Amino acid sequence: MKRSRYLTPKRQTLIWLTLAGYAIFALFPLIWVVMMSFKSHIDIISPVPKFIFTPSFENYKAILFGGQSMQYEAGQTDFLLYFKNSCIITISAVVLSLLAGVPAAYALARYRFRFKDDIAFTFLSFRFAPEIAVIIPIYILYQKLHLYNTYVGLIFVYQLITLPLIVWIIRGYFEDISVEIEQAAKLDGYSWWGVFTKIALPLVKPGLASTAVLAFIFAWNNFIFGLILGSSDTYPSTVGALGFISYESVLWGQMAAATVITIMPPLILAIFIQKYLVRGLTMGAIRG
Amino acid sequence: MKPGERRWQDRYLPYLIILPALVLTIGILYPFILAIVYSLTDYRLVSPTRHFIGLTNYLDSFQDINFWYSLAVTLLYAGLTIIIEVPLGLGVAMLLNHEIRGIRSFRFILIIPLMMPPVIAALMWKMIMAENGILNYFIGLIGAAPVPWLANTYSLLSIVLIDVWLYTPFCAIILLAGLQSLPKEPYESAMVDRASGFFIFRHLTMPMLKPFLILAILFRTIDSLKMFDLVYATTKGSHSTMLMQVSAYYEAFRWYNMGKSLSHMIIIWVVIFIISRMLISWWNRAMQRATGTER
Repeated sequence: MKRSRYLTPKRQTLIWLTLAGYAIFALFPLIWVVMMSFKSHIDIISPVPKFIFTPSFENYKAILFGGQSMQYEAGQTDFLLYFKNSCIITISAVVLSLLAGVPAAYALARYRFRFKDDIAFTFLSFRFAPEIAVIIPIYILYQKLHLYNTYVGLIFVYQLITLPLIVWIIRGYFEDISVEIEQAAKLDGYSWWGVFTKIALPLVKPGLASTAVLAFIFAWNNFIFGLILGSSDTYPSTVGALGFISYESVLWGQMAAATVITIMPPLILAIFIQKYLVRGLTMGAIRG
Repeated sequence: MKPGERRWQDRYLPYLIILPALVLTIGILYPFILAIVYSLTDYRLVSPTRHFIGLTNYLDSFQDINFWYSLAVTLLYAGLTIIIEVPLGLGVAMLLNHEIRGIRSFRFILIIPLMMPPVIAALMWKMIMAENGILNYFIGLIGAAPVPWLANTYSLLSIVLIDVWLYTPFCAIILLAGLQSLPKEPYESAMVDRASGFFIFRHLTMPMLKPFLILAILFRTIDSLKMFDLVYATTKGSHSTMLMQVSAYYEAFRWYNMGKSLSHMIIIWVVIFIISRMLISWWNRAMQRATGTER
């Protein structure tokens, strides 16, 4: 951090103002859309944008309960289903990745074995692969295996997002634990499972929790897997939000409300993982 | 048991521990291999037969002007986003690298765009960039004509704008971590020697930041080359925004040319692979020089 002698009050204000300017750029779309979600249709299509208006819940009512707002029918009555789908798919995918990935991370951190680096690199490569390359064969496979438009099918594909993250980042956390503690436990007669569950896991718990949350956020934000490998039963919220655009009209207000509801979970969760963000974003390359 | 001899369990233990993850990985690798195989066939979803046609798909692609156009648009998109996001992110990071009251709140506000689903962000901007939307209203206030943000001439730039809005925080966060990890001594010596701010920046900060810059460029390049969500949500893939994954999507799911679509994907994948290898080894070298260690 720059030293305080450098920070004259004038400089401080300048920095503050510039950052405020950027903050406006970052927040304005969000604030505008939140406002739009509370506007009635007339206010939305008004030629002069209204910053002051009487808020109404009609959009939220329409997409959550299928109520009719004046003569405009709800664009879709399935939004709650899509939100539920997002919850089920995302949470299950993260849980599955944790169950498989945390032990794998431990093995990669603590043991030497042949193919170790190749396996690790394979996990990493999933992060960099173009999705459509894998979606097309999976699409064909799923049709034959009757996994198209199923939760199971989507939860499995979502591993492409969550597994590399969990393995690589948590491996870093395990590597940060000093080996001496584990060796001491081994001398006391613990088996690898004992060391793993009683020593290693508790020590990485905060990092583990935040990585799981980060994996949740990335999985929740995904769009392409749900679009192609799901259908109207299993679309996640991100796909469902597009449903308000049809050939006749765009239901702006309801789309805004759907947007707001869809971004709530990841945004709220983001508050809790501030400290661990850099590690998560760079697949563990930077200790942050 | 002789010393040095391991029980069979110990030898195979790592593999057992990794087994569940390995099963999942093989489950994902199998489709990848299928992708390569299918790209060598004339597989069309609508007809049940597939014939092995070797590299025909690839040769056709190299002679197809649309393929080259799509590749060019994708590379242009990646180039534009990086040229804007990395310097801008660096600027924001340098601003954030001060001990000022409230700096932490700024940091949080900054990453909000990053935590949103890209599709949703695209929809938000779609609403803002509409012909009669708020953005054109502000433009009208300063006397300029409304801009058709999502029409063919401007759509690629508009999507670049959305990308910048979403991912500049990504670069900023990484570079901020870099700035905060820099050692103080070189700066103190430079101060003693009365070096100019610009000199300090160019010869002290930038070289020490190299690993972090490379990382930011690495992730942004790959994600930009793969971009799909933003394009699909804003223009559904209009002519001027036909990025590689978007065109592959339509090739496969509208025209059912699975083989051809996959050949495009394999090509872009090779491009990504080459670029990432280069950048990662560049990063390794930079890390060694900067910290004296190897990751």
